[in-house]
Amino acid sequence: MNAPLIGEQEWIDFAIDGRAVKARPGWTILETARENHIHIPTLCYHPAVKPWGGCRLCVVEAKYGRRGKVMVSCLNPPIPELEVFTHSERVKNVRRWVLEMLLASCPASPDIRKLAAEYGVTATRFPIRDPEEKCIRCGLCVAVCTEVVGVQALTFGSRGVTKQLDTPYRVPNNDCVACGCCATICPTGAMLDRIDQVRGDISRRTGHGYAH
Amino acid sequence: MKKIKNAKELEALRARLLQAQDPQQPVVRVCLGPGCLAQGADKVSRAFREAVQAQRFKARVQPLIKETGCHGFCSQAPLVSLAPLDLLYVQVKPEDAEEIVNASLVKGKAVERLLYRDNGTRYRSAGDIPFYQMQQKVILKNVGVIDPLRIEDALLAGAYRSLVKALTEMSPEEVINTVSLSGLRGRGGGGFPTGRKWRRARDYTLENPGPVFLVGNGDEGDPGAFMDRAIMEGDPHAVLEGMIIGAYAIGAHQGYIYVRNEYPIAVRHLSIAIEQARALGLLGRNILGSGFDFDLQISRGAGAFVCGEETALLASIEGRVGEPLTRPPYPAQQGLWNRPTIINNVETWANVPHIIGQGAKWYTDLGVPHSTGTKIFSLVGKVKNTGLVEVPMGTTLGTIVEQIGGGVPGQKKFKAVQTGGPSGGIIPYELKELPPEEMRPARFGLRPRGFLPSELKDLPVDFDSLLQAGSIMGSGGMIVMDNRDCVVDVGRYFLRFLQEESCGKCLPCRLGLQGMLEFLDRFSRGQGEPEDIDELQSLAQAVVDGALCGLGGTAPNPVLTSIRYFRDEFLAHIMDHKCPAGVCRDLIHYRIDPEACNGCRLCARSCPQGCISGRNKKPHTIDSTACIRCGACLDVCPVDAVRVA
Repeated sequence: MNAPLIGEQEWIDFAIDGRAVKARPGWTILETARENHIHIPTLCYHPAVKPWGGCRLCVVEAKYGRRGKVMVSCLNPPIPELEVFTHSERVKNVRRWVLEMLLASCPASPDIRKLAAEYGVTATRFPIRDPEEKCIRCGLCVAVCTEVVGVQALTFGSRGVTKQLDTPYRVPNNDCVACGCCATICPTGAMLDRIDQVRGDISRRTGHGYAH
Repeated sequence: MKKIKNAKELEALRARLLQAQDPQQPVVRVCLGPGCLAQGADKVSRAFREAVQAQRFKARVQPLIKETGCHGFCSQAPLVSLAPLDLLYVQVKPEDAEEIVNASLVKGKAVERLLYRDNGTRYRSAGDIPFYQMQQKVILKNVGVIDPLRIEDALLAGAYRSLVKALTEMSPEEVINTVSLSGLRGRGGGGFPTGRKWRRARDYTLENPGPVFLVGNGDEGDPGAFMDRAIMEGDPHAVLEGMIIGAYAIGAHQGYIYVRNEYPIAVRHLSIAIEQARALGLLGRNILGSGFDFDLQISRGAGAFVCGEETALLASIEGRVGEPLTRPPYPAQQGLWNRPTIINNVETWANVPHIIGQGAKWYTDLGVPHSTGTKIFSLVGKVKNTGLVEVPMGTTLGTIVEQIGGGVPGQKKFKAVQTGGPSGGIIPYELKELPPEEMRPARFGLRPRGFLPSELKDLPVDFDSLLQAGSIMGSGGMIVMDNRDCVVDVGRYFLRFLQEESCGKCLPCRLGLQGMLEFLDRFSRGQGEPEDIDELQSLAQAVVDGALCGLGGTAPNPVLTSIRYFRDEFLAHIMDHKCPAGVCRDLIHYRIDPEACNGCRLCARSCPQGCISGRNKKPHTIDSTACIRCGACLDVCPVDAVRVA
């Protein structure tokens, strides 16, 4: 967020859940909500990296005049006089379904279970394919590795339902500097289990300027 | 060919070409569209060449054999038309070439047996056939007429005349105004007003000077759709001309045409067209002496359906992973390399020269208010005349399906039409009584219905009416279903397609489509509770609201509309464990009606399981324990004795 100097530009006045709030130009709805201590759940959002909009848990219902739309709050900037609802029926419907499906696709994560329970989702009707799975493919590890660490040791492989977190060419990656950022940023703890599969041979790294 | 320096030289070249052309010279046009090519049209064309050579015509009457783009009447492929005799031959085989050359080209007579026949009438000319008669060809006017590999043919048909008009008589501002006034809306699916998009990009560029880009979206991935393909293969210069005019309007100097690599002929024809246009000076530096520079490049897609979504397509051109981004910012403000980019479907681009050439007024007269011009549909499915159809916007569904399409073959009944590709809705052909709560503005996502005709076959096909009916115009796919199609099964088919094509970036699409498919799979096995239909609706709504891009946001349309219009069919699966259409294999049984069976043994011979027994001329029986419910017996039975229940 490139917040301009105070006074240089006007604040944007809008409302979240009936409360009047102010945003700096350049802020997103989510950032404004956090600033005002209004809770919006997220999984793939982290202030250190660019918002990606993958998990869709941060959806809010935005009403402008007579038009209402469900949109993600992590990417959309507010406009003056917008009315945002963070817990409307349509919003909760999206979150409940996403969480119920997440319970089936990554059942091993206690964080997901906790979040789901907040929305009254304790069981899932969908088949559990891998009981050990924790990864939700939110892309935070890929983003932090690329944008913050700057080494691109992680990437997504494949597409759609078979999308997997992977290393380039599916071999342990010697570009990995073993900084552990990916494991730290992971919202479900999935990265901690597979960081050893990512890391390449540390001894070979001497030639790349990473010698200790 | 020499480079043309100004508009006068272009007109002089056109006049020279016209003079060199002999209107009496016979022309044989062999359709090499997708349908005809699949039926061996390339062999037909070769046979014609050999037959003409064998005849040793005199140089003046030497017939010209043209391999053209799609003629449209794909159910009668391969098609061959003869000019100036004005004859259309259907289902032509290579063996027929000699006979046609001898009879028609030498003696000037028609080969009766190869003419199109319907209900006892023989049609000599294409113009008399109801399939063509009801259409109004504007964009497809030259497709199937010109040889797409020769720019001379395109010039003779009037190509680049509108470009000259735009460059010499109009300012960029006037071009945008004309397109805005024409009411042209994007033909790729969304139906966004093209003029407004151009205006937005131009305004943004005036504020932030720098490069602007132009993209033609030819990434047509819907199952059963080939409108864009026909344009790119049959009249590539129309796309080029539209894009050059668009570039002039917004001040772009570089454009891209994104074509999927599964369309090798389209890629080839476009590449050749670009080369020819460049050689003539219609692309490149200082186009026609106007001082305006523009060049085009082809970008080939690797066949991901999601790359038809504009932000994913732009990512793909830039070399990034083809995943959509959230809009805004729209590509018209921040597209390729964060610069304003106008991205339009190739059909939209092909509309532009006609609008500039004949004016906005002429174009608005073609359609209905808010949906102007004509639209190309690919009419496929359970309909007699399948093929490519161009009609003015606002033509009723009944006209397209019954009069142009010629109705359902056989004794079957029309059930529904699915418009707009895999993300379109299923519209019942005859409106059934709906429960009152379904008649109200629906709770779940479907737009509040304004006026809907009592019979949906009277539904005008335009952007807004289709949206009201719960479907979309999409890129123009039109799949006709009869009473042997089960909506649960159709929904499964489309969901499976979309689930495979989902990029997997956002959870509602990646997991939600999978989840919806699981609901439908259960229904198709006769499992589930009636409440599950409402649950499925609620999940579909979550996907509509939550998904990132248009692919996910419209993916539940087939399911939502089929629940709205065919809830009884869902209930039949769940409550009675029956599939009324006789499609869902877990719920059906085949048996042979002993009264009707004439014991012809056809079914027994066609059964892959060999589970039909019975003596000759005696009623047969099916061993249902071994039966795999493939339906082979049903298809071959001459007396309709095979029953599905």
